Amino acid sequence: MSERRTLLKRNLLNFWRTFRRNRMGRIGAVLLFTVLILSIGAPLLTPYQPTDTIRDANGRGMTFASPSEHGPLGTDDAGRDVWTQLLYGARISLTIGFVAGFMAMVIGSLLGILAGYFGGWIDSLLMRTTDVFLVIPDLPLMLILVATLRQLNTGFSPTVVLIVVIGVLYWTSTARLIRSQVLSIKERQFVARARAIGAGHSHIIRKHIIPQVMPLMVANTVLIISSAILTESGLSFLGLGDPTQPSWGTMLNFAFARSAVSNGAWWFFLPPGLAIVWVTLGCVLLGNVLEEIFNPRLTSHHLEGEQHMIARPDSPPLAEGIEGGA
Amino acid sequence: MNRRDYLLRKILLAIVTLAVVVTLDFFLFRVLPGDPIRAVIGRNVRISKETQDALRAQFGLDKPVFPDQFFATVGQWAQGNLGISWSLREPVGEILVAKLGNTLLLVTLGQVLSIVLGVALGLFAGWKRKSAIDVGALTFSLIAWATPTFWLGIILLAGGSTWLGLPTGGIVEPGNIGKPFLEVLPDVARHLILPTLTFTIVYLGEYMLIMRSSILEVLSEDYILTAKAKGMSHWQVLRRHALKNAMLPIVTLIALNLGFTVSGVIYIETVFSYDGLGKLFQTALDKQDFPLLQGAFLLLAVAVIVANMLADLLYTYLDPRVRQA
Amino acid sequence: MSADMPLLSVRHLSTDFISADGTVAHALEDVSFDAYPGQTLGLVGESGCGKTTTMISLMRLLPAAGRITSGEVLFDGVDLLSISERQMRKYRWKEMAMVFQSAMNALNPVRTVGDQIAEAILLHDLMDRAAADQRVIGLLDLVGIAKSRKDQYPHQYSGGMRQRAMIAMALACQPRLLFADEPTTALDVMIQAQILELLRDIQQTMGLAIILVTHDLGVVAEICDSVVVMYGGKVAEYGSIDVVYNSPQHPYTQRLLEAFPDLNRPADVLASIPGYPPRLNALPPGCRFEPRCHMRIDVCAKATPKLIDVTPLDGRPPTADSGQRSTIHVAACHLCTGPEVKA
Repeated sequence: MSERRTLLKRNLLNFWRTFRRNRMGRIGAVLLFTVLILSIGAPLLTPYQPTDTIRDANGRGMTFASPSEHGPLGTDDAGRDVWTQLLYGARISLTIGFVAGFMAMVIGSLLGILAGYFGGWIDSLLMRTTDVFLVIPDLPLMLILVATLRQLNTGFSPTVVLIVVIGVLYWTSTARLIRSQVLSIKERQFVARARAIGAGHSHIIRKHIIPQVMPLMVANTVLIISSAILTESGLSFLGLGDPTQPSWGTMLNFAFARSAVSNGAWWFFLPPGLAIVWVTLGCVLLGNVLEEIFNPRLTSHHLEGEQHMIARPDSPPLAEGIEGGA
Repeated sequence: MNRRDYLLRKILLAIVTLAVVVTLDFFLFRVLPGDPIRAVIGRNVRISKETQDALRAQFGLDKPVFPDQFFATVGQWAQGNLGISWSLREPVGEILVAKLGNTLLLVTLGQVLSIVLGVALGLFAGWKRKSAIDVGALTFSLIAWATPTFWLGIILLAGGSTWLGLPTGGIVEPGNIGKPFLEVLPDVARHLILPTLTFTIVYLGEYMLIMRSSILEVLSEDYILTAKAKGMSHWQVLRRHALKNAMLPIVTLIALNLGFTVSGVIYIETVFSYDGLGKLFQTALDKQDFPLLQGAFLLLAVAVIVANMLADLLYTYLDPRVRQA
Repeated sequence: MSADMPLLSVRHLSTDFISADGTVAHALEDVSFDAYPGQTLGLVGESGCGKTTTMISLMRLLPAAGRITSGEVLFDGVDLLSISERQMRKYRWKEMAMVFQSAMNALNPVRTVGDQIAEAILLHDLMDRAAADQRVIGLLDLVGIAKSRKDQYPHQYSGGMRQRAMIAMALACQPRLLFADEPTTALDVMIQAQILELLRDIQQTMGLAIILVTHDLGVVAEICDSVVVMYGGKVAEYGSIDVVYNSPQHPYTQRLLEAFPDLNRPADVLASIPGYPPRLNALPPGCRFEPRCHMRIDVCAKATPKLIDVTPLDGRPPTADSGQRSTIHVAACHLCTGPEVKA
């Protein structure tokens, strides 16, 4: 028991250490954190509700009021405050993204672990299935799924339908990732030892495999969540979201459908998109993916560094003729 | 593994995927409550019960859904009979074919541009790592990835129409609808600028990243050092040894990307009211025109499956290591 | 073919490697030796002693982290370290060529072997395409590869064949100096013998100077005329093969020779040298071999030994007679007596 705790603690400590060293991860965390705070603190940051109509001095609804007329972000075509919609919309977008992403992560990890650990037909089945779904274009599939599921009158709100569809279709990449990680863990010493002393499968999976796979799962979750948020915004933009619980995507659907563009009401169609970019960037930076790209372990390739090769006290850096010429 | 086995496996995968697509497409729309008769005669037509029963018998709707109706429908699909659109009252197949050309134009243009620009940029970024171009390209790709496609379209639409006087939608000006393509070519070109730009920006980053990491990997191989030792300049090394090897993953990526291209097409055509398959899909969704949705999904999925297969075939010809039987 | 002027003169070559966090590893320090036409120089030492780094430095093919911090590399009188990269390319392969260790990937896997050999010829504008193709066939024949294999890919060759193909490729432009990096290490003994035989023949026909990097003293004994023993990035001992093998002056050389099993004396216990080579980014102040030396004295840990000329008293510098071996002999050890090597 204590061995598992130590292993877990060690993994968490490593994670924290890499996190602190990684500047981009910290920036990502800041980005996400601010959005979280803003969305939670929405009631404190705006006196309005998303459905309130802002009226001018004469009691008339101020439609498409610019930020200079009504700060900080003006109003939409029905006179509702955009800033308020943005804050409350954050809650919807984030919730859908997190829940769907989490769902995809859980399903994917479970299947990936099972496939990687047990191998055989389970593994083949999983790989073939993901191969198939990799080829089918995802947006059309999601669209027809949502369209048909909504017809079922199950009483679930459109939001739930969105969550389920995204969650159910996004597990494939996680599953493959976790599976290959499990495959490499499986071959390691301590697993063989555990098996030799007669440990059962579930014991090995719980105590050995999962703690090792955990960091990857966490990093992957962040990325899946960002994809989920992007996808949700797209689906909502196409009209599949819940109009009574507008996410950022739904806001953009309104903006587009109700002529915000032709009316030049940039304060309505610009901020929600910026918010999506903000959150997605935060997730990607936090997910540590870029570490490899910006600070690669790869030391150098063969066509680098020629200028500095000769560093005798008397010689200047070589500039002439490095790239071109015969 | 040798080429023949590789191809067989890919063909098998394509067939299985096709089967899954067809099954999904059939059963999903059958899951709906409501009378399938409606799919045949449309929603708002009132008919008597006798006629309904007769029609039901005629269309085999009184037979069990599976296997009879299923295979009958699939047979019809294979012959190009995709039903009648509820909203447009025309055969779905004809509608799809009519819009296909427009989408192909946009997609081909956009993909070619993003591939050419992305590969060139990626080559430079990998070759001259940490240079301004490299950092700029990476930052651009990062932001492009985080940007929703449709929103990018909206921004470009707003900016392009306001500041550059570019059209706000459609393929041609209303006055030019129905005229022969070649005659209205300049008009079409003007309307294509913004959607193509959006398309290119969205996919450029990905090709750039793949090319960059591919070039980095290739340039670290031993044979590059050999080439340098032979006395080649950088450019000669790139041209003769690095490029061909680095571009192999691009072929695979183009294939993989086809699925995402379809998503992009739906968003971009919607935002720019571009009269292609993407916009059609969105309209069908909006109007809950299920035959049209069903047919469009089938077409899109089949197109992607076939394109993937072709790309796999192409890859086997390009990589001599796979070639050996 | 004059044997009194060295084709290649390396003087006080020093190379550093700078890692990502800024630490400097002194991979080479003050390396000097000469290579003569028609003669083979062996570069021996343990892994990491700087043999390959020396060769790579001479052709200016260091990776991005490498810096040549001092020294001269005189090829036919021209200091290769002072010319531009563009000029250096004219030397590469045409004057000096390299046979890399038989890594699977030293040849491009997606191009035919014949193509890659022809490329070297065409690159230096030596002849037209048709003539180059003929030459490729001739070269392959020289190294014992069938003509029919010209249009095959590297993965279709066996390990030994690949090595021979690389030798053929290295000879394509008829260089005057050939670097060979562990050309026989990955191969079995029979192929090893073939390759060495091949190199010796080629040298005789073409008057080629060869610098052979290896850790195998047997190979050195077989085909080298002179040897440089390296340790920790420095030259421990250098001289003609006879004098170094018969009267090694440096304790490291002595131990190396002892460690090498002799089939004529099978009863001996296999000797080895205890300890590990020094870490090049944390070098001791004195002699680099001192921690493992069985003959160390007080001064060894404090001061780096200079290169001492220990040429036997009856030695003369080589003359114009072809085939005359150099009889120079220097060693870097405090125990040696003799004049310090200046130039």
